[in-house]
Parts: sequence; C-alpha cells; structure tokens
Amino acid sequence: MLFTVLSGLITSGLLIPFGKFFRTKWCAVLILLPLSIFCYLLKFIPLVRNGEVSYAFYEWVPSLNINFDLRLDGLSLLFSLLITGIGSLIFLYASSYLKGHKYLDRFYAYLCLFMASMLGIVLSNNILLLFIFWELTSISSFFLIGFNNDNPDSRKSALTALSVTGMGGFFLLTGMILIGNIAGTFSISELIAAADVIKNHEMYPVVLLLVFIGAFTKSAQFPFHFWLPGAMKAPTPVSAYLHSATMVKAGIFLLARFTPILGNTNEWSYTLMIIGSITMLYAAIHAMFRTDLKSILAYSTISALGILTFLIGLGTEAALVAAVTFIVVHALYKATLFMTTGIIDHETGTRELTKLAGLRKVLLPVFVAGLLAALSSAGMPLLFGFISKDLIYEATLHADQHLAVYLTVAAFITNLCLVAAGFMAGIKPFTGTLPQAYEKIHLPYKSMWIPPLILAIAGLFFGLFPQLAGEHLIGPAVQTMAHAPAAVHLKIWHGFNSVLILSLVTLAIGTVIYFVNKPEDRKLVWVQSFQAFAPQSIFERLSAGFVHFSDWYTDTMHNGFLRSYLLKIILFAELLLAYELFIGGPIYIDYSKLSAISVYEAVNVFILMAAVVLTVTTSSRLTAVVGTSVIGYAICLMFVYYSAPDLAMTQFTIDTLTVVLFVFVLFNLPPFINQANNIVVIRDTVVALGFGIILSVIAIKVLQVPTDISVSKFYGDFAYTLAKGKNVVNVILVDFRGVDTMFEIVVLSIAALGVYSLIKLRLTSSEKE
Amino acid sequence: MRSAILQTASRYLLPILILFSVFLLLRGHYYPGGGFVGGLVAAIAFVLHSFAHGTTNTMKVIGYKPMALIPVGLGIAALAMFMPVLIGYPVMTGLWFEEPIPVIGMLGSALFFDLGVYLVVIGVVLTILFTISLHTH
Repeated sequence: MLFTVLSGLITSGLLIPFGKFFRTKWCAVLILLPLSIFCYLLKFIPLVRNGEVSYAFYEWVPSLNINFDLRLDGLSLLFSLLITGIGSLIFLYASSYLKGHKYLDRFYAYLCLFMASMLGIVLSNNILLLFIFWELTSISSFFLIGFNNDNPDSRKSALTALSVTGMGGFFLLTGMILIGNIAGTFSISELIAAADVIKNHEMYPVVLLLVFIGAFTKSAQFPFHFWLPGAMKAPTPVSAYLHSATMVKAGIFLLARFTPILGNTNEWSYTLMIIGSITMLYAAIHAMFRTDLKSILAYSTISALGILTFLIGLGTEAALVAAVTFIVVHALYKATLFMTTGIIDHETGTRELTKLAGLRKVLLPVFVAGLLAALSSAGMPLLFGFISKDLIYEATLHADQHLAVYLTVAAFITNLCLVAAGFMAGIKPFTGTLPQAYEKIHLPYKSMWIPPLILAIAGLFFGLFPQLAGEHLIGPAVQTMAHAPAAVHLKIWHGFNSVLILSLVTLAIGTVIYFVNKPEDRKLVWVQSFQAFAPQSIFERLSAGFVHFSDWYTDTMHNGFLRSYLLKIILFAELLLAYELFIGGPIYIDYSKLSAISVYEAVNVFILMAAVVLTVTTSSRLTAVVGTSVIGYAICLMFVYYSAPDLAMTQFTIDTLTVVLFVFVLFNLPPFINQANNIVVIRDTVVALGFGIILSVIAIKVLQVPTDISVSKFYGDFAYTLAKGKNVVNVILVDFRGVDTMFEIVVLSIAALGVYSLIKLRLTSSEKE
Repeated sequence: MRSAILQTASRYLLPILILFSVFLLLRGHYYPGGGFVGGLVAAIAFVLHSFAHGTTNTMKVIGYKPMALIPVGLGIAALAMFMPVLIGYPVMTGLWFEEPIPVIGMLGSALFFDLGVYLVVIGVVLTILFTISLHTH
C-alpha cells in the first residue's frame, strides 16, 4: 500500500532530472502511474465491501509519534479511486491541452506530487502524517495555480490560495496537536475509540474551531471561499482536478474522517449546517451573475462544497449517504464540465458566455459530454445526479421537525441555482446559432475530448445502475463515517412521493431560471460593486497592512549599519538585565570574602584603563585597534593571576590574530571620519557606560549568590577515571562535550568558506564590470 | 614591512613555533594546551612568516592552499567521533590503546579528535587571513 503514496512522490522527484524526455508526446507515458494505482485499488473493493480495513505501518519518526501509518477503509477507498481515476483522465487530457508547453515536465511533476499527497491525506491513519500531506497539497496547488508564472494575476492568485490554505493549515496543526494531547495518541483508529474522551474534554470547542478553520479554508467555505475563483487562473486540467474534483474536497474528507471522532454534537452539527448553508446559498446565487464559464463553475463548486459541509453537519445516516453520493456525483459532472470548458477555451480562445453559441455543430462529442454532465448536475432522472438530489431532499425532509423546513428551503434554492448554473456551463455554449468566427473550428485530439466523455458516460452508467456504486463504494464509506454498519440501497425509482415532486419542481424552475437569466456584463458589474466589503477585500487589506508593517520593521531594525545593530542589541540586553537585577532584590558586597589586591593586579588594571581611554579618545583607527588589543592582553594577564592558563593562552593567541585581521582590513578603510555629532556621542556614551555598570553589578551579584558546583565537581571527579585526562578543560572540549566542539569547528569552517567566497565573489563581479 | 631581522628570525621561528604547537596539542590532555590553542599558535607562526616574507611566499612554504586543511581536519575529527560506532559503542566513546606510546604518551580517540580540531583551526585562520591579505591589497 505504501507504493500508492510514494510512487507519485518519487516520480515527481525523478521528473526534475529526467523531465526533458517527457516534454514531448512521451508525457502520455505518465498516465500509467495513476492508472496502475487505480487498478491496484480496485482489487480492494471486495475486501472493503465486507467491512474489512487494511493497514500498513512503517516507522518514520516514532519519537514524535509521526509514522507512515496507512489505513484503507471505505472512505479512503472511495476518495483514492476518485483521485486516481479522475487523475488518469486528467493526465491524459493535459497531455494534449498543454501540448508543446515548454514546462510540460514541471507540470506533470507538480501533478504527480499533488496526486501522491492527496492519496497520502486519504490513506493516513496518523493525523500528523495527514497534516504533512495536507500541506503538500497546498504547496503543489500553489505551483499549479501559478503555473503560468509570467502572468502577474496568476502569481497573485497562487499566493492568495497558498496563504489562505496555509493559514488554515496552521490552525489544523494546532487542533491536531490538541487532539493528540487530549487522547494521548495520533492514530486515527485509536482516536475513534477515544472519541468520548475528546468530546467531553473542556478543550473540545477549541479543537473543533481549529479543525473547522482548517477544513473551511481548504474546502473554500464562507468566509474563506474567495481563493477558489482566483485559483481558476490555473490551466483548466488543474481546475478540473484540484479545484473541483479532489483537493477542495480534502476539507470535506477531513470532516468526514473526524465525524466518528468529533461529530454528532450540537456544536459540530450547528456550525457545519450554518456555515454550509451560507456557503451554498451565497455561492449558488453568485454563480448566476457570472459570464466567464470558469467563474460559473468555480462558484457552483463552492456551492457544492457548501452542500457537502451542510450534509455532514446534518449527520443523520440519510445525510451521510447523500453526502457521499454527492461527492461522487459532483466529481464526475464537475470535472466533465471543466474539461469541456477547457476544450472550448482551447479551440475558441474565449470563455465568455456572451460570445459563445452554437458550438454543437463543430464540437459534437464535447457537446454530448457537456449535456450529460449538465443534466446530471440538474438532477435529470436516469442520471446519477438525480439520485443524489433525491437523497439530499430525503435527508433534509427527514431532519428534525422544526429544522426540516428551513433546511429543505435552503437546499431547494441552492439546487435551483445549480441547475441553471450547470445548464449555463454545459449547454449554453453549444446552443443557438454558430458565430461565423467559429465555423472553422474542428475537434481537438481524441485524448482531449475522450476523458470528459468517459466521465459523463460514467455519470449515466451509475444513474442506470445506482446499486453498483451504492453497494461497493458509498455503503462502505458511510459505514466508516457513521462508525456503524450501514446498508445503502440506491434505487432509480423511489416511488411517487414528496421527494420526487420536489426534485422535478427543482428541475422545472431551474430550467426556467436558465432561460430567464441571460448572461450579461451589466449584472457582473453590479455584483462587483459589493466587492468593497467582501471577505476577499478584507483579507487583501490585512495582507497589505502586514506588508507595510514588515517594510517599516525592516527599515528600522535591519538598516544595514553595524553600529545601529550593536546599539540595539546592547540596549535590549541592558533593559533585560536591568529588569532582572531590579526584581532580584538588594545587592550587597561582603568585603570579608574578597581577597587582597596585589600590586601586579593594580598595575594591570591601571594599564587596562589607560588603554580604554586611549581607544575611546584616539582619532586613528590603528591606534584604536592597538588599544583594544592591549585591553585584551591585560585581561589575559588577569586570567594568569587567577590560574586559568588555558583561557589565558587561548585569549592571547586570539587577540593577536584579531589585531592582524584588523590590520589587514583597516588597510583598505579610509581614515576615521568623525560623522558623529554631539548627541550621538552622548547617546553612545550613556549606552556603553550603562552596559559596563550593569555587568559590574552582575559580577558583584554573582559573589552573593551561592554557586552550584555539582557540574564542575562531576567533570573534576570523572575527567581522569572516565576520559583518562588530567586537564579538565581539554577533557570537556574533546570528550564530555565533544559533539559541541565538532559543531563548533564545522561553524568555523563555514565562516572561513564564507569569507573566502565573499571576497572571491566581489572580485569576480568587479572583473565583469 | 621588509625587515632583515624579522625575515631571518621568522625563518627559524616558523619550525620552532610549529613544534611548540604540536607540543601543545599533544600535552593537552594532561596539562594546559590542546588542539584549539595549538592550532592558533601554528597559525600565528605562519602569519608571522607572512609578515616578514609576504603572503605569497608563505603560501609557497606551505605548498597547499590552507583551505585544504579544513576538510582533512573535519574528516579526522568526524572519524574519531564515529569510530566507536563501528565497534558497537555510542558516538564519542573514548577509545584508548592499553600501553602508552613513547613521546606521545597515551594514545586514544580523543587525541585524534583534537588533531582534527588543530587542523581545522589552522585552516580556518589562514584561509580568512590570507584571503583577505591577498585580495584586498
């Protein structure tokens, strides 16, 4: 099972060095990847149907509880079949859609990465592993949205999508860590068993909020929905795959996954129902005002995701069956509509509904696919969409007494708009009279129009034989979500009842709306006048503010002057230390503990102070350097007096070398230019004196605090017995703390290489000029 | 800075100082000294030589770019660090020969580690100083 996830990651890695072989028609070979995983997964259907769950466990970072812990149950099987099945068709479709693109290999690398991470999400049995793949999908989606990277709009949309979903990811991670801490495990199987512990914990509302934000950002729920229409800047195969059929459903999958863990409480149900209804209504009505085919599809996708959230929130068995069925139905018809839109865009060069008409005469198979998908989306009898629409109404009608009316009305209005939106996207461009400009259009390659046709026919097939899907795919998935045996019976004919009437009324009124609502630019302008207080604008203003703040911060804190950095660092240290001393209680000096001052020490201190004065007052750089080195040597002597020969020796050599270094560098610097005015001099003096005084006070304070000598005692006791050395300092360096030393010499080496390359670099660039 | 006295003196001081640095390195485990100080002293020896004879001439005396010492030193230190793993002990376990060796004294993995430090320090100091002195004048 591991290879299902890893093969995509490896392929995407291999495409970096070997990509140039796949830029031509050979890219079609890559279809074998999703196709083979799809076939491999098919053989699990009988197992899963019997309620069996397959596991695969590989240790990864056991100390952090992150393991390659995979789980294939009904829910994951359904999603992975969608991911790989639609993936195969998209791989095929893209090979001709992006034929000849110079970055085709990159495109496939991103696509493989995405597919693998999506499979990772649905197969993970460890919530931290799930999170890692969750983030990988955000990242691959970023690359795919920004695939046309020479288009600024494209880059901006990619960044918006990444920041919204990435932000959601942070919340999700926090939520998962909380869950893990409450339940004491990160494994989904064990979490399901610990569901009651989590639900009764006082942090449960917080956990819920965090997980919801994660799911809502990913699945484009209100008010985070705005990144999805922007994501339509991606090439159409990407929109079809990521932004309608799979990635945006990751949030839905998360909710489904967590239903047996967090679900079926009031907080869970009402939040999901409210957010879901707002999203589905808001987006469905929005879709009516769009004229760009992809925008219509984007908004109807958001609306569909709203329906799913809403159904999961409703949480009854009927609602879960409806949700799972709708996931499949929506993936089938929406991916088809995106692909037909892609073909139209590819052939005519426009996606504006106002300009498109009559294309059935030139693109007949595409029209058939679009028509089937649109009818499925509308809920036409004999298509799979009809069954799902029935199930949705059945779920809302049989909800709680006082809720049923509101829920049904919300679902009804949403469905009306979705019927019209589906017709607009799938039928409108093909009907009417063909404009002269498009008469010479011919069918694209087979690899482009066959995939949507396959999906559309699959919608028809499952519509005719619904029990096939119900028994093998939907039933096991519902069983996983409800965590109880569920018998799912999907039928073409439910009998003549209120649900059927509602369905047919929806279809009829939706069709009327489609004929009444003509796509016009005027309406779009009207909708956009509300843009000022849309969530998108608020988000953009927030991020603009953040950029301003970062600019300001960088200008003030990182201005590039070493003297300014030093001033800030020292001032900050002063404030911290002064505060610590201030709250640390009184300071006194115990004169009885001090040893007498010898003549040598007095003379040494005198030399030291003279050197300090010289350094500060001199007007020559060289004198200042010599002055500081005298200070260093004087300190060395202090070490000698207090019997620290190792320190003295090291300090002495270092000091010598520093002077040499200074001399080499100073050689190239201009003589002192006194740029400082009086105020600056006074400021620096105050800061420097303050630092000196604080350090002196600390030195005195150290005397009055009893020192903990257990560590030095340990080193002293064991230096010879354990490390066979009598020089404790050296034994610490090469034995007790040898790993530290190892890293220190690595750091030294890096510093040396840095100096070397900086100087060499400067030379070569000046040589170029 | 071409002084005949300094030139002559540094010619003799170079081997003596290097010998001293090796002495510091070897005695480090028992008395003040060690690889770090030893390396610094050796580096100073070369720097002194370069003051008297010019950096280019010192480079000729060394024969190699001082940067080459860095990987060698890091390699020896890393080897001393991971050697115990090969025979089943944790990283950085001190391994010692039973009998002392004449002149050097007790020989163990700690000494090799120190030798690595010694070489890295020489390499780093000379790389920095010589690069700056050669390319800024």
